[in-house]
Amino acid sequence: MIWPMIIAAGTAVAVLLVDLVFPRWYAPFGVALAGAAATAVSPYLVQKGQLALLCAEADRCSYVLDDTARLVAALIAALTAFALLLYAPTLRARDAPAGEVGFLLASAMTGGVVLGGARDLITLIVALETLTLPLYALVALHRRRDGAVGAVTFFTTSIVATAVSLLGAALLQLQSGSVHLPYAMREDLAGGRPLAIAGLILLLTGFGFKVAAVPLHAWAPTTYDGAPVPVAAYLSTASKLGGVIAILFVARAAVEGDLRVTAGGTLAVLATLSLVIGTLVALRQQRTVRLLAWSSVAQAGFILAPLGGLLLSSSASLFAASLAYTLFFLALELGAFSGVVALRPTEDGGVLDDLRGVGRAAPWRAAMLSFALIGLAGLPPVLSGLFAKITVIQALLDVDSLWLALVVALISVVGLAVYWRPLAALYRGSVDDRPPVSVGPFLPLVAATIVTAVLSVVPQLTMSLWE
Amino acid sequence: MVSLDSVLLWTVAIPLVGAVISFVVSDATGRRVAALTAFLTLVISALLGLQQKAGMWHELDWQWVPALGLRFHLGVDGISYPLVLLTALLTLLCCGYSIWHTPTPGLGNHLGALLLVIEAGIIGTFLAQDLVLFFIAFEVVLLPMAAVIAVWGGEGRRRAALKFALYTLAGSVLLLVGVVSVVVQTGSGDMTQPAKLGAEAQLWIFILFAVAFAIKSPLWPLHTWLPDAHTEAPTVGSVILAGVLLKMGTYGLIRVGLGVTPDGFARAAPVLGVLAVAAIIVGSLVCLAQTELKRLIAYSSVGHMGFVLLGISTGTAIGLQAALVGNIAHGVLTGLLFFLAGAIKDRSHTGQLAELGGLRERAPWMAGVLGLAALGSLGLPGLAGFWGEAFAVVAAYSRGGPLWTTLAAVAAVGAALTAAYLLRMLRKVSHGPLAPSLATASEAHWPEVAAWAPLVFLAFLLGVVPVIVVDLAAGASLISGAAGR
Repeated sequence: MIWPMIIAAGTAVAVLLVDLVFPRWYAPFGVALAGAAATAVSPYLVQKGQLALLCAEADRCSYVLDDTARLVAALIAALTAFALLLYAPTLRARDAPAGEVGFLLASAMTGGVVLGGARDLITLIVALETLTLPLYALVALHRRRDGAVGAVTFFTTSIVATAVSLLGAALLQLQSGSVHLPYAMREDLAGGRPLAIAGLILLLTGFGFKVAAVPLHAWAPTTYDGAPVPVAAYLSTASKLGGVIAILFVARAAVEGDLRVTAGGTLAVLATLSLVIGTLVALRQQRTVRLLAWSSVAQAGFILAPLGGLLLSSSASLFAASLAYTLFFLALELGAFSGVVALRPTEDGGVLDDLRGVGRAAPWRAAMLSFALIGLAGLPPVLSGLFAKITVIQALLDVDSLWLALVVALISVVGLAVYWRPLAALYRGSVDDRPPVSVGPFLPLVAATIVTAVLSVVPQLTMSLWE
Repeated sequence: MVSLDSVLLWTVAIPLVGAVISFVVSDATGRRVAALTAFLTLVISALLGLQQKAGMWHELDWQWVPALGLRFHLGVDGISYPLVLLTALLTLLCCGYSIWHTPTPGLGNHLGALLLVIEAGIIGTFLAQDLVLFFIAFEVVLLPMAAVIAVWGGEGRRRAALKFALYTLAGSVLLLVGVVSVVVQTGSGDMTQPAKLGAEAQLWIFILFAVAFAIKSPLWPLHTWLPDAHTEAPTVGSVILAGVLLKMGTYGLIRVGLGVTPDGFARAAPVLGVLAVAAIIVGSLVCLAQTELKRLIAYSSVGHMGFVLLGISTGTAIGLQAALVGNIAHGVLTGLLFFLAGAIKDRSHTGQLAELGGLRERAPWMAGVLGLAALGSLGLPGLAGFWGEAFAVVAAYSRGGPLWTTLAAVAAVGAALTAAYLLRMLRKVSHGPLAPSLATASEAHWPEVAAWAPLVFLAFLLGVVPVIVVDLAAGASLISGAAGR
């Protein structure tokens, strides 16, 4: 049996049932939280060894539970639990229905848990859709905020993205006769190579929407800012992780199927555009969550940059660097969003000036938020952010991709100017009233800070996880 | 004999621990904790001078992140030891000074904590013997220094702080690319025995290094962050900035530029030399037209660091020794000048030279110390500034050839200009009729005297016996080591 999936799906069902018989906000909330926690630990406690399911042939399985799948399942479940905790003040204030929120998040979690083990294009796309589909509803599901614009933007662009991915998958299947990775990328049909190249580019483009890489990013700022901040946090961490994993799987298959240059070229373009445009536009944002959204676009560029090195080499260290950066990023991004929620538990993200003086009024929360922001800028004393940048630049220089390394290095200078503004706002002036304290958002904030601190001392924990 | 290797760790760890403590305790206690920590660090780092020998005196080498080629590798030798001591001394003086006087908005404990973090970063830079570790320590200084300027600085502090942060970060990311290139190509970031790089790789890696260190030093035309940062920074910020932070650039050029990429250095040296002399001339000319006291001293740094860079760029043992002496002398004298400028601005509430004058009538002692610092700075024989500047010119001249002879001659003219603008400053500030802004100025207070006295003493000591601070053999061995590769 594959326990992580079953627990995750079971959680979704249990939340619905509990909400029916016991309609207090904390009942479905508690069940969802417990289910997410159980899902997070289950891959490491229950299932040992490697497990393959739905095999067409010995090496053509649709699902394989290996170490990567375990890692992804645990991360997605943990991020789901944190998103729930961030949502606690809103649910408590009855601004969003707890049963629906718990169910939708648990459903998304189920998709993410499956994703890490997906080994064919159909399973991969379906898992990714299951991860993001519930989020359309979550974006709009808030009593006091009008999230409709964000939800519709997200919905329409995602539909297009899925259609593009499916078209790509269909083209690949057409020319190779297989949907299993990596066979789907191998040339089978005589003269099928143009089809394969077009299919791969379309597939990566579709997945690019999920990680909000430029030019497929336009939905992200509107959606993040329209959504309740905890949902924006989930979009920027769990959903982005899903997209990154899908891209990593496809890129690995492309290397094995002799489409390395196509994958590398596509991803190098996405990475460069995301880095440059995401960072430059973030400079001008006045709203906190919009700034984080554009910074999240730029961070997608950092994540994809090592894969741009596939243009020149098929070294596995490129994949390892991309995954390592993603892990550093997840802790920092969770810290940044949790910091915003912890300082404004039931409000929206507000404008940067709303953070004024908070450094004096709520020193600990402000310090942890600053810690995350400095880490995203990639500077000491938050060494994990610096190690993340070094990892990417080293992987790129290792394959002689000097220009991409220089883009990464120089754009992180501009990145400092982006994160400088919220940092300066936090420590400018002083206000008398202390922001309300809420336990829920505090836990993810503390957890993210601890993980970041640990990764600052032993960054090698993230660096050898790619098999 | 007891091994002093673990002392290396303490010189970096003590300031960090002290920073955390002074950050969380109350303002008044925090200031004292910071000063006490700075004192302990000075004592501990002075211990490193025991048991000197050829090469690295003490070394500490631990594995840290193998995947990035990063080792926790510290070492001290004759080149880094004086700089470490200078850093510890200036931090102590600044922390002690802050007990007595912290500009608005107060929070002296936070200021002390940041100064200690900066100290740890600078000392870490001087002690690091692993390239990646060197880079990390180099970066540690950035944000705390920007925060010191942004919180405690003058009117335009936020702009100046951001400019400082972005400018120096632009330099250090190039350093990062260079450092990682070396690690990737040679498989090791060891600075004590750098692996041999190909000639082409050396040239472009050295260019990356040179730009990074030129911004930090700063070398004309990459100096434009410095006047703003200095003018807006609080007194202690300016002292640390001019006294030791700039030295990270020149030290890096010697240790990393010359040590790791000697061939690249040799090929690019003439360009460096020309830029260094340009910096001397431009810095001096700007100073002659300068109307603001702190800005004038800031620009004088551009000129003085030009002499240091000229010494380095000659690539000769004598030039390098001149650079090492010049580094320390500049740290002492400019630190003193900024302390004095801060004291004058505290009294007059203006830095405009036109609004100052007659200081010697109200505060003869303070005017005397200012005169001494200015004379030292212009390179009067017998004071600290003389050796570095004179021998940088001598080194350039002794390289021979039309280029270096011209550079030596132009640099000598620059030295004369230096005298002109410093005497102009003295005339405007100390002499002339008493300005209204200084009408009620008080004589130096004892905390100020305590902060100045060690620097005055060092200015004389270095002027008479420079060899006590600079290990001549270390410079020579670095040159011959680099030539051997």
